Amino acid sequence: MQKNYWRSNLKIVSILLGIWFLVSFGFGIIWSDFLDQFQIGGFKLGFWFAQQGSIYFFVLLIFIYIHLMNKLDKKYKDKSGKDN
Amino acid sequence: MDAQLLTYIFVGFSFALYIGIAIWSRASSTNDFYIAGKGVHPIANGMATAADWMSAASFISMAGLIAFLGKDGSVYLMGWTGGYVLLALLLAPYLRKFGQYTVPDFIGTRYYSNLARLVAVLCLIFISFTYVAGQMRGVGIVFSRFLEVDINLGVIIGMCIVFFYAVLGGMKGITYTQVAQYCVLIFAYLVPAIFISILMTGNPIPQLGFGDTLVNTDTYLLDKLDKVTSELGFNAYTENTKTKIDIFCITAALMFGTAGLPHVIVRFFTVPKVSDARKSAGYALIFIAILYSTAPAVSAFARMNFIDSVQEVNYQEAPGWFKNWENIGLIAWKDKNDDGLIQYSAGNALNEVKPKFNNKKGSSGERGLDNKSDMTNSNEVYIDRDIMVLANPEIAKLPAWVIALVAAGALAAALSTAAGLLLVISASVSHDLLKKTFMPSITEKQELFYARCSAAVAIFIAGLFGIYPPGFVAQVVAFAFGLAAATIFPALFMGIFYKRLNKEGAIAGMLAGLVVTSIYIINFKFININLNSSENWFLGISPEGFGFIGMIINFIVAFSVCYFFKKPPDSVNQMVDNLRNP
Repeated sequence: MQKNYWRSNLKIVSILLGIWFLVSFGFGIIWSDFLDQFQIGGFKLGFWFAQQGSIYFFVLLIFIYIHLMNKLDKKYKDKSGKDN
Repeated sequence: MDAQLLTYIFVGFSFALYIGIAIWSRASSTNDFYIAGKGVHPIANGMATAADWMSAASFISMAGLIAFLGKDGSVYLMGWTGGYVLLALLLAPYLRKFGQYTVPDFIGTRYYSNLARLVAVLCLIFISFTYVAGQMRGVGIVFSRFLEVDINLGVIIGMCIVFFYAVLGGMKGITYTQVAQYCVLIFAYLVPAIFISILMTGNPIPQLGFGDTLVNTDTYLLDKLDKVTSELGFNAYTENTKTKIDIFCITAALMFGTAGLPHVIVRFFTVPKVSDARKSAGYALIFIAILYSTAPAVSAFARMNFIDSVQEVNYQEAPGWFKNWENIGLIAWKDKNDDGLIQYSAGNALNEVKPKFNNKKGSSGERGLDNKSDMTNSNEVYIDRDIMVLANPEIAKLPAWVIALVAAGALAAALSTAAGLLLVISASVSHDLLKKTFMPSITEKQELFYARCSAAVAIFIAGLFGIYPPGFVAQVVAFAFGLAAATIFPALFMGIFYKRLNKEGAIAGMLAGLVVTSIYIINFKFININLNSSENWFLGISPEGFGFIGMIINFIVAFSVCYFFKKPPDSVNQMVDNLRNP
């Protein structure tokens, strides 16, 4: 039971960290020059990810994590009936 | 009313507010003093964390740095926010579940070793003092420029305020003062940014404004900036100059370093529940992101405005701020071609880079310099990057009250961070060194007394750093993040996610990370300074980014060493299991 909880937790964390890596190190650094050929408004896309987009994604990722973990906590708390 | 009087009013009012909060929220037990009785609401804790984190460097220096670095500046933007994702997903909830007072406490308990605890305390004290030194310089700059007070007196006033609420209130006092300081600093950062964004692009949201067109034209601000900077011989603003591997490693070192900074981690010990630790990391990042997403806009506006308002301007008609900052010594002008006009372009204006003023006056009335001109380029202006945010409202000719507000905001940023750092220093001395290692028999009351004493001593030392600033502050910031990434982050991370890691592995890993990172940084920053360029760097990685390599070395050493020694005892296994449970 606890093992399942921990495994689901690891799964959530690895997927979210995958996105974390992609939006910052991926779009903001590694493929940034490539993305610079696309433009949204006055921003080159790679530049936007490096100085704006990555930050917004970081905030979003933490809130998705909070949501998923609260759901997971609830599922396992209901089963075991114990607190914290 | 003039700006100086307004500044006195704003700063005086904000200081009175901080002291009032401190009296209202005094600490009465060690629990209150170290972790605010675990009673802080996640939103309040998010604000406090944001104020704790956003230092004089974030408020005063960062946008200025980015203004001159252009796209390369994104290492700070991504590095200092991305760390919170690591913190929220990998550390904060588990450390809160552990439920103790300090970061070395976790390391000492998890690796059942006082040696591990001592190594952690050493790293923590080094990292925190490095940081404090920078805050006190920030306080000094603001006081001397805006209140025309002697720098030393400014530092002493700052020390007294921090002393009052940190020693009296402990973590509880600091937390609620930081909430107030966050409000002051974010308001002070946004108001001028919004004003300038409207003036330049007509868009009231700075985050969108710097991707918008300039007022009354079809030209995008960033395109214009690229064009102007290239024409003056700089790199185009939206292009990188550093190599990819270096940018990658600096960003990573700052991210993992952020996640390993003790004064940030300890904030998550103060909330009531584990789920609150996750939540407050989320709120903290929102509050931080408000400033960090505004900063690159401020940078672009400031660079554009700066060039526009000084380029080819006669010195005698130069704007007032130019001369004010010249008087403080953070701007210098050397008329290389004797035409009386200011010319700004790429390259150093002066030999030896930093200006050495004498008491003479130049032919246009500028401050005389002992430096020879650097004749390899035609740039005539020396400008300290730290002044961009402070000067920005004046450069854009905003009203006096905005300038006063920025001064109060900068002080809030510097004081809140200084207080948080002083608290982790005092907690690790009184709790980890005295109570847990050398004087285990002291009572709670005595421990609280020692905690207050060590906070007082730490403030005194920090004040000395402000009055006699060590010349190496800027150099050691890389050090602080590098060490946090190479020692504290891996020890915490593996402590939670890798049960097999025993004390031998953890200590060997921390020491390996510490030694390798220190040697690399000390070599390039203090011993062989002239070799500090990309040809000589390991794989082209600058000292700023080397903490990332130190972290990898820590992991490799810890994994290899731990198999030669006994598994950790069952009690530790149970402890880790308990951390991982919902």
